[in-house]
Amino acid sequence: MGPGMKRNWLIWIPLAAFAFIGGLFLYGLMQPKDDYVRSGLIGKPLPSFELPAAVEGIPGLSSADFADGKPRMLNVFASWCLPCKAEAPFLEQIKERGVEIHAIAIRDKPEDVAAFLAEHGNPFVRIGADADMLVQLKLGSSGVPETYLIDGKGNIIHQHIGDIRGEHVAPLVEKLKAAK
Amino acid sequence: MIGRAFLVGLLVAYAPLAAQEGPPPPLANVQLKDPAQEERAVALMENLRCIQCQGQSIHDSDAPIAAAMRHEVRERVGAGQSDAEIEQWLKGRYGDWISFSPPVKGIGLLLWAMPLLLLGLAMLLARKRFRGSKS
Repeated sequence: MGPGMKRNWLIWIPLAAFAFIGGLFLYGLMQPKDDYVRSGLIGKPLPSFELPAAVEGIPGLSSADFADGKPRMLNVFASWCLPCKAEAPFLEQIKERGVEIHAIAIRDKPEDVAAFLAEHGNPFVRIGADADMLVQLKLGSSGVPETYLIDGKGNIIHQHIGDIRGEHVAPLVEKLKAAK
Repeated sequence: MIGRAFLVGLLVAYAPLAAQEGPPPPLANVQLKDPAQEERAVALMENLRCIQCQGQSIHDSDAPIAAAMRHEVRERVGAGQSDAEIEQWLKGRYGDWISFSPPVKGIGLLLWAMPLLLLGLAMLLARKRFRGSKS
């Protein structure tokens, strides 16, 4: 092999680099779009928090209200959130299947929460008011509605992002009932 | 039937944290008293992604969740936590994505090493070329 042969080999480097980068772009473009930011706390204990009542007549919520051996659901919602209205009947169905649901109301006012519950029903046992979103941040939650499944030991076992629809009711209830 | 169409529209949506009235947490828009600490907090905030707006840093974003994140950062800087501790707290919740700096591991390592790799390759090519011209 003379030096000329070597140089011939080198001229392919830019094309190879271009093909590699082009391939990366193509791969990136073909990935399904997923803007959801999932919580990194799945499988970890629920962070400790203490929230005042979000509405008169329903007690507030603290992390101590979990971890008593009973698996529960934690719904993060807001009266100003449209998908939260859409999921209200399905939360009611979950409650009817014997699941206790606690909730956190994000950036809400007592009168707005009261109006929301009056219109869409109240499936919640406790509702904490997270007026400045600091507890939402602690949970690794990035929007409303979001629903967490908490096992009897107080660990987060699942995060459901977005509204709960009819087809999610049974799997979520089963997952929670399988937890201890 | 308008009702059903409306409902289907609702189901598609996953509301990001929309703007609502109500006071932001105390340290969201108030500087720390110690200028050195405030400088550190701002440097951190410029490198943290707002969860709602995604492309903007929490330093630039006016979203409520960004305000909550700024409060969290300032409070932790004020409490004497290190930059790494604060970033780790957020990464533990939202993943490496929350920081604008790609992680120095896995595919991110390749990214950080790329300038060195390219420089090495360029030097190799240049050396061959200069050698060739001498002879």
